[in-house]
Amino acid sequence: MRKQAARITVNGKSYARVVEPRMTLADFLRHELNFTGTHLGCEHGVCGACTVLVDGRTARSCLMFAVQANGSEVVTVEGLSSDGQLSALQQAFIDNHGLQCGFCTPGMLMTLTELLREKSDPSEQDVREALSGNLCRCTGYAGIVAAALDAARRLRGGAATGAGIDGS
Amino acid sequence: MGAKHLGARVKRLEDPALLCGRGRFVDDVKLPGMLHACFARSPHAHAKLVSIDAEAALDLPGVHAVVTASGLPGTMRRTPMPMLLPNPSITAARTQTVLAHDEVCYVGQPVAVVVADTRYIAEDAAAALNVQYDLLNAAGDCRDAIKDGATRAHRDLPSNIASTFRLAYGDTDAAFAGATYIFDEEIWQHRGGGMAIETRAVLASHDPVTDGVTVWSATQTPHLGRRMLADLLGREIETIRMIAPDVGGGFGPKAIFYPEEAAIPAVALKLGRPVKWIEDRREHFLCATQERDQYWSVAIAVDRDGKILGLRGRLLHDTGAFVPWGVIMPYIAAVTVPGPYVIPAYHLDTSVVLTNKVPTTPVRGAGRPQAVFVMERLMDRVARELGLDRAEVRRRNFIQPEQMPYQVGLIFRDGKPLIYDSGDYPKGQAAALDAAGYDSFRDKQRAALEQGRFIGIGLANYVEGTGLGPFEGVTVRVLPSGKVAVASGATNQGQGTRTTLSQIVAEQVGCRISDIVMTLGDTGAIAQGVGAFASRQAVNAGCSALLAGEAVRTRLIALAAHALGVSESDIELEDGQAIATTGNRPSIPFGELARLAQGMPGVSLPAGQAAGLEHTAYYTPPQAAYCSGTHVAEVEVDIMTGGVKVQKYTVAHDSGRVINPIIVEGQVQGGVAHGIGNALLEWMQYDKNAQPLTTSFADYLMPMATDVPTCAIAHIETPNPLNPLGVKGAGEGGTIPAPAAIIAAIEDALSRFDVHFAETPLTPERIVAALRAAGAYEKLLVA
Repeated sequence: MRKQAARITVNGKSYARVVEPRMTLADFLRHELNFTGTHLGCEHGVCGACTVLVDGRTARSCLMFAVQANGSEVVTVEGLSSDGQLSALQQAFIDNHGLQCGFCTPGMLMTLTELLREKSDPSEQDVREALSGNLCRCTGYAGIVAAALDAARRLRGGAATGAGIDGS
Repeated sequence: MGAKHLGARVKRLEDPALLCGRGRFVDDVKLPGMLHACFARSPHAHAKLVSIDAEAALDLPGVHAVVTASGLPGTMRRTPMPMLLPNPSITAARTQTVLAHDEVCYVGQPVAVVVADTRYIAEDAAAALNVQYDLLNAAGDCRDAIKDGATRAHRDLPSNIASTFRLAYGDTDAAFAGATYIFDEEIWQHRGGGMAIETRAVLASHDPVTDGVTVWSATQTPHLGRRMLADLLGREIETIRMIAPDVGGGFGPKAIFYPEEAAIPAVALKLGRPVKWIEDRREHFLCATQERDQYWSVAIAVDRDGKILGLRGRLLHDTGAFVPWGVIMPYIAAVTVPGPYVIPAYHLDTSVVLTNKVPTTPVRGAGRPQAVFVMERLMDRVARELGLDRAEVRRRNFIQPEQMPYQVGLIFRDGKPLIYDSGDYPKGQAAALDAAGYDSFRDKQRAALEQGRFIGIGLANYVEGTGLGPFEGVTVRVLPSGKVAVASGATNQGQGTRTTLSQIVAEQVGCRISDIVMTLGDTGAIAQGVGAFASRQAVNAGCSALLAGEAVRTRLIALAAHALGVSESDIELEDGQAIATTGNRPSIPFGELARLAQGMPGVSLPAGQAAGLEHTAYYTPPQAAYCSGTHVAEVEVDIMTGGVKVQKYTVAHDSGRVINPIIVEGQVQGGVAHGIGNALLEWMQYDKNAQPLTTSFADYLMPMATDVPTCAIAHIETPNPLNPLGVKGAGEGGTIPAPAAIIAAIEDALSRFDVHFAETPLTPERIVAALRAAGAYEKLLVA
């Protein structure tokens, strides 16, 4: 199979690789670039674990070929925190028990990052509808929904509502 | 030091790495020279395997090997995989071989493994294999499979019955003869999957320098897996290290040992290269074990007040093609039926039937959701027939708290008499009904009906045997750095095991939680281990953490008292320091004590001092820990589409003493979501030839964020008197009664049409069909 060049910016840094055209964007991120935070749960576009941002919009990286993202800017879960500082959304996930096994979590975070960018004050129903393309088997979604609403409040300048305490 | 950790809402220690993409799941582990595997699998439910021609596959560039059964080591070529839970009732103790060699008995059974430079090439090569099969008739439906002359799931077995057993106590004949009312029900539950979002995964590597084999597996039970693998490879157990790194959900199907966990190490050894296999979702639908297929014919005898006199019936359990985990799901189902109720006489005959489907092993609940569904459907039936409120019928039959410990009269799956250790079932139900607004629901229902909306409420109670043995060990070791190393055979697939055990150890030892270095799911870290299933880790590993922590605490105090020249009663341990409470409060850090505990080369230790600051405890629970609870579901049914929306969900849950409410609530909420899936959505469908029809998430529906409400959860804490922490398991109780509560609520919403349901999942088609059969739409037109 004739390989093709793909130049993709991931989390602000440009990468060039020559890959088979059939290589998915997910495999490209995970195995060519070692961004293993993006997970694969179904590889048929339903579970949403592989969700990343491509040019600012959520995309299922299992349903895209890497070469289709040529010239694009991709953000993965590794790009959400900066200098070890968690984003408001990531912190809200800790404070509201928004994850258990953590496997679906990167996709959840990317979907909600897009939602919170578009809606500063989403309703619970907005959050649930946004999340309806991401499956979680562990949490029953309650902590994820609470985390999203809590993060939205924080980003609007409000107080955090998570109920956990830090172990000392 | 006080009770600052136990019972506190401590945020999880697992979270920061997972939130930043720094989790380490099996597929994130990369080794130099690593190759990738793909399995060739039977497309037929039942066939004779005639030949495998690998020539075209081996010609593809990048393909390293095609291994069939004959290419496996002699120890695993034709040897059936071990059965973990043998039982004298099993007459057909059939387990599969690692790769099929003459007969395939379910769609997806592995016949060859292909190894290549990339997974893409391995899949190309697997597709290029030419595998010849002679088709055989398949046993698809377990009800047909028990008939005389039925198609057999295995050619060489005389019948499809894998096991039959009777569980009984009391005089059911007399109970039924003396009953005012007898009601019978035919009840059916279909199978679904664990459907962890991370699929199964295995990576194996052999180090020729040490002759050690390291296996990373997305498993719940690495210690069990190592033992199985050692047998199958014919190697000493000490030469194998099995690691369950971050594991993306378990839910039961990752507890058993699979063919792939043997085949991948075998090919890695054969090729001298690390080999990785990552299951894809379709394979998970085909080959990861499933559960719940059961058919029940049951009858209940009650007196004129609705008090239960006896219960009898028959259970048919479809075990699929093999019995890798024995017959414990039907066994657990059979002993879970009585639940929180006084049932003077009980008699259940169970048949476990082989079919040509993927084997069944525990999925979150393990036989209990079915049993609770049966009991609670019967209780609702009694209420309806006698014109009693459903909660009142249950109140009349509850085991009372003063009857604890309560001996049911059966033997549980742990081999011990089924004795409920503690619990207050009337209190649990009252708490749930109160929180759910049960008493005022009829007003709400009437108001909704006036708007043309059909809402209903349902309740269900359960008692669940959790915390099963034999043991789970914990080592606590104070390091020269002052940090505290903790190791356990317990594993973490999202349960927050690291956080829970850290809370216990920190409290005992007097260190900061952040100073604990935890190793879980690694056979290299602790000699003995069992793993995650049966909601057992808080009980088993939790109590071991307590005991090991206590022992290390005693040693820390003794050493510190000696070092500081004060009496032991004058030492406090806090934040990694031993502090004298006398004089000018001199202190010594744990790290220094750890160094003292090492002694000096050649110099005898003081009398009575043991080597090192460490202790390993293997707590062995005397019997199961019985948790309990009540669920109340409120649903709205769209009678035109049959769509059901769970509007409100309330849980009162007694898992004994709660170590971390955040984690327990998360387990309950997640369990309820799984139960909603079982009740309404998840249906692993097969055609009559046992060919699976639902092999993607487009066909097999999982509960989504729009399907699962945030539950109201009340904790009832009846401490378990049988273990030092007072805990009971919490991992499965969310799932167990959920289908019963939800189906009851649907029936309640549709009560004016007098339709009844005795099955899960209950799909919109079935609801509309039942309404149509009941003439509901004509009634509406008339109204």
